[in-house]
Amino acid sequence: MTIKTRMKLINIIFYSILIFGALSMAIPYIWMVITSIKPIDEIQSYPPSFGVHHPTMTPYKELFYLLPMSRYLLNSFFVAAIVTACNVFFCSLAGYAFAKHRFYGRDKLFLLLLGAIMIPYQVNLIPSFIIVKNLGWLNSFYALIIPNMAMAFGVFFCRQYIMSIPNDLIDAAKIDGCSEFSIYRLIILPLIKPALATLAIFTFLAQWNSFVWPLIVIHTNDMRTVPLALSVLNSQFGSNFAMMMAGATVVTLPVLIVFLSLQQYIIEGITMTRLKG
Amino acid sequence: MRKNTVCKKSFISEIAGQKYSYLFIAPTLILFFVFVFVPVIASFFLSFTKYNTFSAPVWVGLDNYYQIFFKDSRFWKALFNTTIYAVGVVPVGISISLLLALAIDRKIKFKNFYKSVFFMPVITSVVAISVIWKWLFAGEKYGLINYWLMKIGVNPVDWLMSPTWTLPAIMIMSIWAGLGYNMILLLAGLQTIPRTFYEAADIDGATSWHKFWHITLPLLRPTLLFVVIMSMINSFQLFEQVYIMTAGTGEGVGGVLDCALSLVAYLYERGFQRFEMGYASAIAYILFAIILVVTFINVKLTRPKFEY
Repeated sequence: MTIKTRMKLINIIFYSILIFGALSMAIPYIWMVITSIKPIDEIQSYPPSFGVHHPTMTPYKELFYLLPMSRYLLNSFFVAAIVTACNVFFCSLAGYAFAKHRFYGRDKLFLLLLGAIMIPYQVNLIPSFIIVKNLGWLNSFYALIIPNMAMAFGVFFCRQYIMSIPNDLIDAAKIDGCSEFSIYRLIILPLIKPALATLAIFTFLAQWNSFVWPLIVIHTNDMRTVPLALSVLNSQFGSNFAMMMAGATVVTLPVLIVFLSLQQYIIEGITMTRLKG
Repeated sequence: MRKNTVCKKSFISEIAGQKYSYLFIAPTLILFFVFVFVPVIASFFLSFTKYNTFSAPVWVGLDNYYQIFFKDSRFWKALFNTTIYAVGVVPVGISISLLLALAIDRKIKFKNFYKSVFFMPVITSVVAISVIWKWLFAGEKYGLINYWLMKIGVNPVDWLMSPTWTLPAIMIMSIWAGLGYNMILLLAGLQTIPRTFYEAADIDGATSWHKFWHITLPLLRPTLLFVVIMSMINSFQLFEQVYIMTAGTGEGVGGVLDCALSLVAYLYERGFQRFEMGYASAIAYILFAIILVVTFINVKLTRPKFEY
């Protein structure tokens, strides 16, 4: 075998791996959408088919009729938006202080924050639940929002980014009589916009998809977020696959649309931060 | 005496001069103390008590740990399942991810398209993924996977209803869902390897296999180590998939005969369904210890014998 044919063979092998892989990634999503618009008799027909003869919106109607889905979407969106805004503000503010200020106990406090990232969340799950319960926050937006308002990782991430801003810029502003908060608002914030965009996207995704914490603190019907609603649906109507797939589409589609429009940011963000969505 | 007061004064005035710094970190720090620092410590003490959240905790010493290690066969079942899951998902998942990363790293068309497609599961809610795969795995002939198995002449499997196949089904799904994340990180690692190394190897007449084995793999080691550790940690925290895929079987969180009970699923059951908060805290700390040990072993085992 000459080198050329060998290279060609390797190319063919790698291409087939990629195409096979991409298909196996896409098929579950395609199958989800197709099932969600199939009438019952087509779902139960054999063999399973990717074609839909009589597309129907009944599964979606059932879903929104059985559950207050629009309320759940609103809950999810509200929580994710507030948590994202708070994280962007608090983390950049603290990140700035940790990066550029000199104050007593700075390095020790930062190390403590850093240590928190290493601890699996299950360790503080139970006492956090007890605290939230004793504050009377169960089944409320407080429980969903407040504990997540400033994540240690965000502080670490912002600090790393702000460290690269030259001190001269800050010193010059100080000489011009800029207050500390103005320095943050007028100099730091504009310079770290790309980092904040990444942080915002990931916080939003993480909150939108968050499941364990809402599962633990939300027990009333109208406070559920979308993933929680899908899980409840799953344990009650798990065998109504058309409706389940409609629910899965409702959770997945908004995120996928956001992803496809921001994919460059997200993939770069992953490699930059090694953060998981 | 006087020196001391001067010292104190300057210390106080110093702190006062730093009030903006403290103001800036205050919101983060308060939240951190209330919802992370205090809970981590409280959890440690709770693990030595019996506590049902309704009456005050009762100190029982090491009894929870004794029960878990010597009396609780379900804990061992959960640990066994979680270990099987981690040992299966991590190597297979990372090998496939590496293969994909190598494929995408070549000069290929539609690079970004492939990246996006593989990345979709990473941004999809785990609950949604589990629900979708529950349908793919559906028993009888309606499920897509069973249909295709029958087409290639394999007997269909009642995946999520059979105690033997529930955990493997969850593992297959998790491998699928994790490919994109690992692939993106490995790809970034591959791109840091200088092209000149490969050119030098070409001049020496090295084959592709030699190049992979002697250049790519050793230089990828730091990234690979990171990916292995992250996947291991994630695998030991397995919960959502089990919770969703075993729901509706009429059994507890772990499915039929606890066939897919994971450590965190067990923690959830004891803590939040039976309200045995002390017992659950002990499980949480054992999980923490396991994760530390696994991470430590990984770092030790993969430490390079020589630097490049």
